[in-house]
Amino acid sequence: MTSLRRTARYAVLLLITAIFVTPLVWMVITSLKTYGEAQQIPPSWLPNPFSGYGYEQILGNTQNPVLRWFLNSMLAATLHALLVLATASMAAYALARLRFRGRKLSFALIVGTLFIPPTSLIIPNFVIVERLGWIDTLTVVVVPGAASAFGVFFLRQFFLSIPPELEEAAVLDGANHWEIFTRVLLPLSKPALATLAVLSFLTNWNDFLWPIYVLFSPERLTLPPGLGLLQGAYVTDYPVIMAGAVLASVPVLILFVLAQRHIIQGVSRSGLKG
Amino acid sequence: MADVIEVGAARGDAPPPVGGKERRGASASRRGRATTPYLFLAPYLVLFLLFGLAPILFGVWISLHQWDLQLPNRPLVGLGNYHDLFSSDSAIYGDWWSSVRATAIFTVFSVPLLVVVPLGLALLLNRSFPGRTFFRAAFFAPYVLGVAVIGLLWRFLLDANLGLVNRLLGMVGLPSDTPWVTDVPWAWVSLVGVTVWWTCGFNAVIYLAGLQDIPAELYEAARVDGAGGWDRFRHVTLPGLRPVLLFVLTTTILASANVFGQSFLITQGAPGEQTRTVVWRIVDEGLRYYDAGRAAAMSVVFALMLAVVSIVNFRLFRYRED
Repeated sequence: MTSLRRTARYAVLLLITAIFVTPLVWMVITSLKTYGEAQQIPPSWLPNPFSGYGYEQILGNTQNPVLRWFLNSMLAATLHALLVLATASMAAYALARLRFRGRKLSFALIVGTLFIPPTSLIIPNFVIVERLGWIDTLTVVVVPGAASAFGVFFLRQFFLSIPPELEEAAVLDGANHWEIFTRVLLPLSKPALATLAVLSFLTNWNDFLWPIYVLFSPERLTLPPGLGLLQGAYVTDYPVIMAGAVLASVPVLILFVLAQRHIIQGVSRSGLKG
Repeated sequence: MADVIEVGAARGDAPPPVGGKERRGASASRRGRATTPYLFLAPYLVLFLLFGLAPILFGVWISLHQWDLQLPNRPLVGLGNYHDLFSSDSAIYGDWWSSVRATAIFTVFSVPLLVVVPLGLALLLNRSFPGRTFFRAAFFAPYVLGVAVIGLLWRFLLDANLGLVNRLLGMVGLPSDTPWVTDVPWAWVSLVGVTVWWTCGFNAVIYLAGLQDIPAELYEAARVDGAGGWDRFRHVTLPGLRPVLLFVLTTTILASANVFGQSFLITQGAPGEQTRTVVWRIVDEGLRYYDAGRAAAMSVVFALMLAVVSIVNFRLFRYRED
């Protein structure tokens, strides 16, 4: 009876897994077909022969410089994650450990913005970055998103969960705040910092709505708006479009496999604050 | 000195400070000056003021003007932009309310699925068995991909002729020529289905964390009282999950109402402009047709609508708890 139930459980789990994973496998399979084969009705199950057509199209492409977009995305997401880590951890330290005039007000304002949908701020933010002269630059996809309250809130909660006794020794040794922050608190917070870094990287790497309106030059685009262009240029040439999609998926899927624990923990903790 | 280390005072349950207040006060001068906290806060605060707080006020300001991004003159028009959204003889009225309708349809159909399906997945995964981590990762995997990738992917999978979906349906004897992305109601089924596939792993992970916080003794006690599986679910699991359910419901409503990429890439607004959503209408109006004033007014109205929905949501849940 129990073994029957166990078998049933695994059957259900495998079926669900197939639903989640098959589309991703199909993306890879199609990226390895020729244009002609991808036009067949009904579609073939496996590429015959395996073809590099899709990847050749996007790699040597001067009109749609996909490799350039890839590098832009990598650079933007890395810089964004670093910026979030630096600014959010310092602010979270002040809010969690220091007493100063205006602390409650600033924390209330920061948390308050968590309840405002970012999409409703796109128009004013566009006018602001335009006045700063940031349109169509790397800065415009790196910096504004770092204003999100999530990182500060997330790290503040984590810092508060660290027993202050651990900092006492440093305090008695006469360490100043910067030393306590960098030598005691940050090393103790590595898991939380890693989680925030990975989540910030993912968010920036996947961002679509903002870059399609603030980046224009083909050589300045990141991958998501680039993929939009690719869809417009290749319409039903699916091996090329899927090759682009694979290129955009591989880094985040690798990151997911390597940092799965951090991502899952970050997501579950974000839920527990509710 | 104002900036003595404040030991966990921001949280009531934090452990008490070690060492007397005098001692810490005495060494405070060596640890920093009164400006220290502001220096720690400053880098983030600059970002926050510029791109988090200022846009809220600036957005309202823009919405009160006839603000063409390409024209130097931005005359004040008071509530004119808002008036246009609510008067049926204005040029934007039809497009605006059509986008509100599209967003409402999407939200009403996606939210219940995104609240219930992930709960089922979480219950399946809520005990330890070999392979559990693998299945959890597989369910979550689509979520780490961006909307651009899943949009392109599903536009292809749902292609009426070349797509895998119709192919698989044909194999099991179902109609294999459904126009998934070009006609209603199929376009709605597609948008909702893709979104559930894409994001339900996210909610499942949040539920899982909530399920693990429910004390095992409660289940044990219910079992001793002779409660069956369904009774335990109704009287132990659901009450234990209430705060998590409220969180999931609220964030899912907000996320669904902000839908953009799926309809932009998969249905491309089709048929006609029936699946063109509010966020799409806002950015198009403001950043494609340069009418920032009107788009800002739409943003304010939209934010207020979402605020009302969230408040109603909280009220209903609190009421039930009493």
